[in-house]
Amino acid sequence: MRAILTVFAKEFLENLRDRRTVLTALLLGPLFGPIFFSVMLQLSLDRSRVGADETIQLQVINGDAAPNLMAFLKSQRMDIVAAQGNAEKARDLIATRASRLVLEVPADYATRLAAAKPAALRLYSDSSRTGDERYADRVAGVLARYSQQIALQRLTLRGVDPQLLSPVVVNRVDVSTPASRALLLLGMMSFFIVLSMLTGGMYLAIDTTVGERERGTLEPLLATPVPRTHLLLGKLMATCAYMLLSLSITTVALCAALGRLDLEQFGMSANLTPATALSIIAVTAPLVPLLAALMTLIAAWTKSAREAQAWLSIVQLLPTVPLVFASLLNLAPKLSLMLVPSLSQHFLINQLLRAEPVDPLWIIASAASALLLGALLLWPVARLYRSERVLG
Amino acid sequence: MIEAHGLHKRFGAVTALAGVDFRAQDGRITGLLGPNGAGKSTTLRILYATLAADAGEARVDGEVVSADNTAARARIGVLPHNAGLYPSLSARENVEYFGRLAGLTRIAARARADELIEMLDMQDIATRRAKGFSQGQKIRTALARALVHAPRNLILDEPTNGLDVPAVRKLRSLLVKLRDAGHCILFSSHVMQEVALLCDEAVVITAGRVVATGTPEALRERAGSASFEDAFVALTGEGGI
Repeated sequence: MRAILTVFAKEFLENLRDRRTVLTALLLGPLFGPIFFSVMLQLSLDRSRVGADETIQLQVINGDAAPNLMAFLKSQRMDIVAAQGNAEKARDLIATRASRLVLEVPADYATRLAAAKPAALRLYSDSSRTGDERYADRVAGVLARYSQQIALQRLTLRGVDPQLLSPVVVNRVDVSTPASRALLLLGMMSFFIVLSMLTGGMYLAIDTTVGERERGTLEPLLATPVPRTHLLLGKLMATCAYMLLSLSITTVALCAALGRLDLEQFGMSANLTPATALSIIAVTAPLVPLLAALMTLIAAWTKSAREAQAWLSIVQLLPTVPLVFASLLNLAPKLSLMLVPSLSQHFLINQLLRAEPVDPLWIIASAASALLLGALLLWPVARLYRSERVLG
Repeated sequence: MIEAHGLHKRFGAVTALAGVDFRAQDGRITGLLGPNGAGKSTTLRILYATLAADAGEARVDGEVVSADNTAARARIGVLPHNAGLYPSLSARENVEYFGRLAGLTRIAARARADELIEMLDMQDIATRRAKGFSQGQKIRTALARALVHAPRNLILDEPTNGLDVPAVRKLRSLLVKLRDAGHCILFSSHVMQEVALLCDEAVVITAGRVVATGTPEALRERAGSASFEDAFVALTGEGGI
């Protein structure tokens, strides 16, 4: 037992000395998710604010040639700014970012319109600028309505029923709300938590197994009078400790970062108190030994640290597999699904975040299944450590 | 005392050991001598239990060596090929870690490390991290680590590899001191002069078999050669590159 703690303490402290590893495992990894998340949610918030009621500024070249159109645009909450010039000027305004949208009214617009011939308008925008496309779409929509209005008038004047022009009408009904879109994002949060947990332990899983073999330190270690399983347990404990640290940092950072956002606007009562953070850590922690054993098994089985790294990046994707299946099959959380590691944690984390009541039986089932599988996985790792295969 | 009884070992299609028998006595330095690839490292690895023999048996002070028998391992100190130190630990930490693993308390491990640092002249590197150690510093640290639990038996895999002449001399006098204190010392080498100078008993191994055992003197006489080097070539049948 003392040997286990000796190995644990040495691996823990040795890894702490590797500044670059600590930076990735305990700082960059755990903080990436929260930062990514709060930025995404903030963007989603901003986006929902850019609604139909926002006034759009529109630069118009040669607007005097189309007074009726200008009046219509103004009535549709467009802020018209007159500009002088031609097509080149319009491009220039966009390229220099002086303007987001430029409408050019060609010189022959009025005469063509009067002659009932298609009168061209040019709307300039830069679709590579994220967000601008939305404004262009809205202006194009307004212009199409204006065009339709004129067409209806013309048909009516000629005694034709305008309904002839619309044999089929498609009404798209998007029932997504800002809140439901945000929930989708929030659903990814569990994925980030598990991912950063894996990142936290990955270096140690490699370093304590194949890394130790590559440095030539595994051989003297195996020659010490310590049972191999004790060496292994000490190493696993150190990996678990880093995973737990990483998990805690991510969760606390996520709750802190999201707590600063105005989630009420989504109509969400997201529950981001310190107690929630603790609960999330508690329901996720049973996954730690399972994933630590899995990473250690794979790392110990590979031939080199490089190979181990390649394999473990694939392992990092593994916890997402149940999530993908669940979303493809549209699975709703239920007791039997609590037996699936990673998926159960995903469900539980989301319930905790939404401040929904969580069935204690579900928590117990989820923890028991993950811990049991972790214990089962220990067996092949211990076997590997007792055989000479561990020396490569 | 270290004993090898009919050790056999295969790696896939390659036969590394085809029946290795010898005995390294207490209070004597035994040299395991052989050309590259003769099976020296494999033999030593079986003796300190990181490899398992396919057939045969290794014993240390009568204890059968195996991955599960920690009692046998407690009786051996090991200096593996290329030392194998933790680069981010200091020399002292490397030594103390193995002391703790061998069951010493924190205080005992520290005291023993102090003793070994003094004995092996390691004061200048004791608190330095092992990362930039010279070969000599590495070997000294690894030797201290092998001795930390005061084992009766010492197994050294090519300990003089990469050492300069003063360092080899230092190591030699140290091993002689340990022998005189009653330790059983087994080391491997492919440098004949070294074995001739250092060991009381030589075990010549080639192609996974022991071809001769005896004092360097006896082996020279047996091969009818003027030098130990000639004797070695005659015994191993290694006639050129």
